[in-house]
Amino acid sequence: MSKINVTLQLNGKSVSAEVEPRTLLIHYLRENLNVTGPHIGCDTSHCGACTVDIDGKSVKSCTIFAVQAAGAEVLTIEGMAGADGKLHALQEGFREMHGLQCGYCTPGMIIRAYRLLKENPTPSDAEIRMGISGNLCRCTGYQNIVKAIQYAAAKINGAEYKEAAE
Amino acid sequence: MNAPTDPSAIERAEKLQGMGCKRKRVEDVRFTQGRGNYVDDIKLPGMLHGDFHRSSRAHARIKSIDTSKAKAVPGVLAVLTAEELKGVNLAWMPTLAGDVQMVLADGKVLFQNQEIAFVVATDRYIAADAADLVEVEYEELPVVIDPFKAMDADAPVLREDIKDKKDGAHGPRKHYNHIFNWQIGDKDLTDAAFGKAEVATKDLLSYQRVHPCPLETCQCLVSFDKIKGEITIYGTFQAPHVIRTVVALIAGLPEHKIHVISPDIGGGFGNKVGAYPGYICSAVASIVTGLPVKWVEDRIENLSTTSFARDYHMTTEIAATRDGRVTGLRVHILADHGAFDACADPSKWPAGFSNIVTGSYDFPVAHLSVDGVYTNKAPGGVAYRCSFRVTEVAYAIERAMDIMAQKLGIDPVDFRVKNFITREQFPYQSALGWEYDSGDYHTAMQKAVEATGYRKLREEQKAKQEAFKRGETRDLMGIGVAFFTEIVGAGPSKNCDILGIAMFDSAEIRVHPTGRALGRMGSKSQGQGHETTWAQIIATEIGIPADDIAIEEGNTDTAPYGLGTYGSRSTPVTGAAIAMAARKIKAKAQMIAAFMLEVHEGDLEWDVDRFRVKGNPEQFKTMTQLAWAAYNKVPPGMEPGLEAVSYYDPPNMTYPFGAYICVMDIDVDTGVHKVRRFYALDDCGTRINPMIIEGQVHGGLTEGYAIAMGQEIVYDAMGNVSGISLMDYFLPTAVETPIWETDYTVTPSPHHPIGAKGVGESPNVGSVPCFANAVNDAFKFLGSTHIAMPHDNYRVWQAAENLGLHK
Amino acid sequence: MIPGSFDYHRPTSLSEAVALLSSFDADARVIAGGHSLIPMMKLRLATPSHLIDLAAVGELRGVSAEGGEIVIGAMTTQHELIASETLAARLPILREAALLIADPQVRYVGTLGGNVANGDPGNDMPALMMCLGAVYVLRGKAGERKVAARDYYQGAYATAANPDEILTAIRIAPPPAGHGYAYEKLKRKVGDYATAAAGVILTLANGTVATCAIGLTNVAETALFADAAAGAVVGSKMDKAALARASAAAEAIASPAADGRGSAEYRRKMAGVMTARALSRAFARANG
Repeated sequence: MSKINVTLQLNGKSVSAEVEPRTLLIHYLRENLNVTGPHIGCDTSHCGACTVDIDGKSVKSCTIFAVQAAGAEVLTIEGMAGADGKLHALQEGFREMHGLQCGYCTPGMIIRAYRLLKENPTPSDAEIRMGISGNLCRCTGYQNIVKAIQYAAAKINGAEYKEAAE
Repeated sequence: MNAPTDPSAIERAEKLQGMGCKRKRVEDVRFTQGRGNYVDDIKLPGMLHGDFHRSSRAHARIKSIDTSKAKAVPGVLAVLTAEELKGVNLAWMPTLAGDVQMVLADGKVLFQNQEIAFVVATDRYIAADAADLVEVEYEELPVVIDPFKAMDADAPVLREDIKDKKDGAHGPRKHYNHIFNWQIGDKDLTDAAFGKAEVATKDLLSYQRVHPCPLETCQCLVSFDKIKGEITIYGTFQAPHVIRTVVALIAGLPEHKIHVISPDIGGGFGNKVGAYPGYICSAVASIVTGLPVKWVEDRIENLSTTSFARDYHMTTEIAATRDGRVTGLRVHILADHGAFDACADPSKWPAGFSNIVTGSYDFPVAHLSVDGVYTNKAPGGVAYRCSFRVTEVAYAIERAMDIMAQKLGIDPVDFRVKNFITREQFPYQSALGWEYDSGDYHTAMQKAVEATGYRKLREEQKAKQEAFKRGETRDLMGIGVAFFTEIVGAGPSKNCDILGIAMFDSAEIRVHPTGRALGRMGSKSQGQGHETTWAQIIATEIGIPADDIAIEEGNTDTAPYGLGTYGSRSTPVTGAAIAMAARKIKAKAQMIAAFMLEVHEGDLEWDVDRFRVKGNPEQFKTMTQLAWAAYNKVPPGMEPGLEAVSYYDPPNMTYPFGAYICVMDIDVDTGVHKVRRFYALDDCGTRINPMIIEGQVHGGLTEGYAIAMGQEIVYDAMGNVSGISLMDYFLPTAVETPIWETDYTVTPSPHHPIGAKGVGESPNVGSVPCFANAVNDAFKFLGSTHIAMPHDNYRVWQAAENLGLHK
Repeated sequence: MIPGSFDYHRPTSLSEAVALLSSFDADARVIAGGHSLIPMMKLRLATPSHLIDLAAVGELRGVSAEGGEIVIGAMTTQHELIASETLAARLPILREAALLIADPQVRYVGTLGGNVANGDPGNDMPALMMCLGAVYVLRGKAGERKVAARDYYQGAYATAANPDEILTAIRIAPPPAGHGYAYEKLKRKVGDYATAAAGVILTLANGTVATCAIGLTNVAETALFADAAAGAVVGSKMDKAALARASAAAEAIASPAADGRGSAEYRRKMAGVMTARALSRAFARANG
């Protein structure tokens, strides 16, 4: 099976690898580029653990071939912190609010939350739940994930986070 | 340990971030930056990938396996079948339950998707292509799917390998598809109580087959070094030391040359306790090829072949007086174990701790009998936060108590309270052999009733029932109550062992000269936050800030021997070992302090992070100072250094309990439910980190919600399995998941060094019957007594249809 | 989990795409958002030898008004449908339904064309296209033709499109302003296909139902245009009796499969219940 070159922008840097057309983007990232933040949790595109951000869209990287993403700008969890190592408000919020336990859904969840807050900078709790409905978690029951995202939203908006009773 | 009262002490205690603090998690630093180290993140040079060809049939003889096409695919290095494994005596492996299990199909297959051949290739895409090219010729055999028919006289023989064995691992077998019978309690006294009962109920309460489904599937990476004769196994192992010993026993490799490492694990929930064919095949493949071999199962493989949970059919009888006092409990359980008994139970307990079925209630007499049977389904049974079958029997007793309350016309809360074990009765000897350590059920129930406004909810429900009868609404309101007592912390060596190894656990703590410390434990977190909480225990015990204590788990070369993390055993057993090891360090530090301060040890008192002279508090030595001193200024005759190991053999199990109340509204015309409110009060004794406890409860309640309201692994009459992908296996999203209200009481365990009981599984134990009781409660006023789980839209609608509500 | 091998093509024009599709045998597939096709390829239920990616064919994008019609490019994503001001104003039922399809990630990538073209009985948009009297524009080696959505679906994964044809656009004459609409979807959870769903478009005259169209999702081998059910409410003020007649008529044409969502009988009954609820909501909307 002949391979093709797929080049794209990953977390602000140009990356390149020779892959088959059938190579899924998640495998291109994890196997070819050793970017192991995004994870695989299912076979049927339901769990969202593989979520990345492609040209401003939240996309399940297990349901797209690497070749389809050629030339795109891709953001993964590895690109969330600043160049100086300063954590993104979401990374801080997930720790402050105990929005993770085993950590396996976390990269996909944070990347999705990142785009969600761009779509809607001041979401209600219900809007957050709808907004992350493509990301499954088995550990947290989502309640503290919602708080983590509210924490980040407040911080990004320069407001003070108030832990409201749900 | 008394809380400090003076301001300086309070400030110093704050700095420690010890027990009771909502300490932020250490693990989060790497997980939120994509720097977790899970098995599939690990790559070794030359690494190969393994993939299975699996059976399409549920029960069939294998007439031939043709691996030639698979072998011919470029990049394929080997294809293993039972033939190759027989050469190294690994075609079968022992299970944790005293049975044997095929690693690869040997002559026949016994469940759909069973492993037949293992393809090893240079990358996972080639392995997948080649696995598809293995050709198998089957001769189909009749199946056993209904466990109630497994012991029919003319039932097909499943286990030809043991067909003539009249004795199994747990005693005599009464049929070739029978595994064991296990009984406990006084049968005669119990039968007598039922004989003269004023009121009795009897119901078949079935708990459907489900699966723990952690987000990361089971996987391993095995590397055999031919030169050194050593094998390194990275894997999703909740009990890495047990895996090491199992490998030593079955592969004949010396245990000191086996290095088992559990890195970060993406959720366990009991799915990752036992050994799977994928692990064995990877090891053999690595030995055969001389290269590292990685095996990563996909989700469908995970749900259809690794350890399922439950599948318990419990005929539950309660005898009571007409005014509501229970007088006897009689339970018979039919346990569907699938094709092999691979239950991850302590070896003397083939039905786990199902004798906790007496629950929170003072049954004067009880009898339990369990029959395990083989069927053409995947093996397993003990998993999914079950505390060894506790989830199953908690469902049975909580449903049965509700059914009896309904029969007697007594409110479900009042009936329970009337029959609670009282505070004064602890330690309580149950009629089925357990000594419950501590409890205060009345206080917890009272708190739950007040917090939820329970009595007002019952009034609202009554009004809504009248409105329904008048045709003014098509919604039914249900109030579910569950008061569970569960049993965790396996366990005392006198009755708990895994393959002959007692179920102690361990901690090794070493304090460095500059006052930092390293702790290594025999437990293995899969999300429970041990790196954070174990340091909190040590911080409180020896006065070193938690941030100055590194915690390691999972590397069998460096961690002391432990039995791993499952069954909520880590806080009760490993947590105790940590306290004991820390106290050894503290005792040594006290001797050094006495020496340095030139007083007797008895003249010193502990003050948060220091020893000070009684009556002369300016004379003190902090633990940091004592750490430095331990390396150069110890009393004559004392060894230098400051470290300790403890192996803790618990004297008893621990008994967490809780009061859960659920309010639910059901649309009878669609079967759709809405959880209006869910209140969960948990008592896990001493609380190490309230933030982590709350997280564990949220997660367990969410799993319980999914189980009660829709999860099921389904086998049709031919043995075809369904519900095995996330299209159909119900994992709720953030939208469906209810909002959880958590609360607590604290009733410490009297026998535990820090009074802690463990909490991880309680929410799964208590929530499932609570949801089930809520659904059932909604239909009671129309004459319904029991509706079986899962309570998905369709089945709730069907219950309404059966009651004639759609006319 | 791992798809089979294929050759990948990325044409930059519609004519190039059509030429590619007809040059290969039936073992070539076009790929739009890929969120129906790729999951099937990962389970090896679909094994095309050639994939023709339409992502770079600009002619397939965009929402515009042309004469009395709204024209939606086949590659318009669900996310774009939801965000479109034109559609929110003229065809609000599309937004309502799109929000009930799959999850946010899938909606970013999944297209309207992909949802309607391949005859998957579980997809939501076909029933709405039938309700709206939409027309599909197909382009193949023989040129362009139009097929009404109500004539397009022949069976599960069987449509009136030839193997060499690509769906390029959907043309809809929007109902008048103030029309009643609703899409009522019963499902097990967010992201699931419908246990049963009903879409309704109606207009009123003097408080009485003047016109009505009903489409049913996932209760037969194809989406169903329930004209008998719709006829049952025309001339009524959507009273209980009219709703009951419509439900019964919807149930009568439904023949759902039993699956994890429920028995065939349950799903059939739910077709009726969703029809009644969609009709009630659409009527309330039209009444302002």
